[in-house]
Amino acid sequence: MITTSRQTSNTKGDVIIRLRGVGRVYRVGVEEIRALDGVDLDVRENEYIAVMGHSGSGKSTLMNVLGCLDKPSEGCYEFGGENVTELSDAELARIRNEKIGFVFQSFELLPQMNALKNVELPLVYARDGWRGRTARAKKALERVGLGDRIKHKPSQLSGGEKQRVAIARAIVCEPSVLLTDEPTGNLDSKTTKGIMELFDQLHEQGQTIAIVTHEEDVARHAKRIIRMRDGRIYSDMPAEEDMVRNGSAAIKTKEGQV
Amino acid sequence: MRSIFAVPFVFLRLLYQSTYLALWQIWAKKTRSILTTTGVVIGVASVTAVIASLTGLKAKVLADLSTFGAKSIYIQHSRPDTGPKRNIDWWELRFRPREFEGLLEHCPSVEKFSKVVPRGERHVVRHGEKSVEGVQIMGVEPDWYAMESRPLLMGRPFSKLDEMEGRQVCMIDAVLRDKLGLDRDCVGQMVIMGARSYLIVGVIDRRADFAVLGDGGGQENLEMYIPYKTVLKMGEPFIYAMAASRSEALSDEAVSEIKFFLRNSRRLSPGEPDTFRVNSVQLALTRFNQVALAITLVAGGVVGISLLVGGVGIMNIMLVSVSERTREIGLRKAIGARRSAILMQFLVEAVILSFMGGVIGLGLGKLLTMGICSLNKMMNMAEIPMWAVVLSFCFCGTVGIVFGMFPAIKAARLDPIEALRHE
Repeated sequence: MITTSRQTSNTKGDVIIRLRGVGRVYRVGVEEIRALDGVDLDVRENEYIAVMGHSGSGKSTLMNVLGCLDKPSEGCYEFGGENVTELSDAELARIRNEKIGFVFQSFELLPQMNALKNVELPLVYARDGWRGRTARAKKALERVGLGDRIKHKPSQLSGGEKQRVAIARAIVCEPSVLLTDEPTGNLDSKTTKGIMELFDQLHEQGQTIAIVTHEEDVARHAKRIIRMRDGRIYSDMPAEEDMVRNGSAAIKTKEGQV
Repeated sequence: MRSIFAVPFVFLRLLYQSTYLALWQIWAKKTRSILTTTGVVIGVASVTAVIASLTGLKAKVLADLSTFGAKSIYIQHSRPDTGPKRNIDWWELRFRPREFEGLLEHCPSVEKFSKVVPRGERHVVRHGEKSVEGVQIMGVEPDWYAMESRPLLMGRPFSKLDEMEGRQVCMIDAVLRDKLGLDRDCVGQMVIMGARSYLIVGVIDRRADFAVLGDGGGQENLEMYIPYKTVLKMGEPFIYAMAASRSEALSDEAVSEIKFFLRNSRRLSPGEPDTFRVNSVQLALTRFNQVALAITLVAGGVVGISLLVGGVGIMNIMLVSVSERTREIGLRKAIGARRSAILMQFLVEAVILSFMGGVIGLGLGKLLTMGICSLNKMMNMAEIPMWAVVLSFCFCGTVGIVFGMFPAIKAARLDPIEALRHE
């Protein structure tokens, strides 16, 4: 049942993310909650993975740890060869800025700024982000197909367009990894399709992508599927294999949820 | 090499970005921002108005004192508060003319000296048919004119000869001349005062109004000056004296010399208090400056309190702002904003709010000052000095930093995960 990532993953690219025995413990009063428990995971360049699980399975915590928003309480996390567990807050901020792109379920665009300004935002905090800022932001917006919408405020954009702006913001610094947390959670099925096609397209251009989702349809776009339960990875295999082994279970779960 | 330049560059860029964001935020919440700054506005407006008034008052006093001449020294008899002479009769206390003999020789810092005999203000002066009541008669020595900075309009001042011979001559002021119906050039004509007639040798300009010192301000003085020795013929008088030091810097020196001289000539034993007062204009100036400083300090305290209240207002609104924008802070952190960047953003906003209050307050203070100027003649020189403007801005900056620091630290320390979950 349990397979290590090394056996299953695409062995061509360099390892960007390496987790070894990572745990994350929260203390609520006297109670200890193990959101992550002994997670081992390797993510290589140009992988396209989906992390699946029910709410409370630890997938969001895993995403926070991967995104350097949260530090593991035990184990070792290496990002691009750097031991993240030993870095200061400022260095973590630099990694988030340069190496990681976030896409959130609720877009998190700043309402007072237009699309272009929103996309420029990470460059404001980047070391070399001053020169060619506007040009870079425009290019990112063109990549997500919003080249003609740069002066629009978020309130003037549809849900799908807002998420595209958010994706443009995530890729404007050309990150090593694009981390997305339920990117289609607030979108209808038609828009979802468009957004997922955009992710596929970005992956084809060489972007490493990790999607956290509980929707099977969304996860099917990924090339590798990781399933979590109670803070542990219980299944990690290429999408086709996952389809065969967990497909029926997944459909059952889905029906159970409905 | 690159990193050395990168640090200040990143800082400046952050500052620019923070300023831009802060202005945006303030513009988006106009009403709230203006209400927030009220405390600072009132503080700055009141301090600038007070300082402007004091500056105006000071300018006025200086202008008044300069008509006396900053070198001037006044010598009067005065009853001591202690010692055996504290109940002595005023008549016993008066200066005798011989007590001043040799003063110029013994006081090297004193350049000019004149005894002055005021003979009251209820004299009647006549010329031909006309008669004018309420004329003030003063007996003065030749040096008096050189010390009194009032121009002669016609004729000449008293000469040594006038004094030595006790001639029946006089100087009158222009107002008295007009009231008596004399010609503009009346030198050489005669006026009658008491039972004697006097030859007019000079016409002196009317006395300037002393707005601040209140001496004869507003009302018209009718003055007639007579040589000292001539006045003595009218009986033994109270006298006082005027002196001028060689330079303003020697003013204190001259006062000490005169005191020493007079203690000797009045035969005061050591330890006995002075039976006279020697005041210099310089001393009056020093005292006024002390009072002005005290008022400034009290006003400063009041302003400090209102700025404190203003600062608390700013802190309050910044805390509200931080909690309203928690998700934004979370996002900014997620995409790579360091703590320092978030801290800066909120700190700059607080400082800009405070500066805004300062600018509005200065405007209001300027209006207040203009109001004060037009209200009172005494205050028509009131003006906000440049240092007060600079000081106000420094205060505003400090208030913004001090009271913006706590909300900004709160924002900077937010956990990005928690912040993004915030509703």
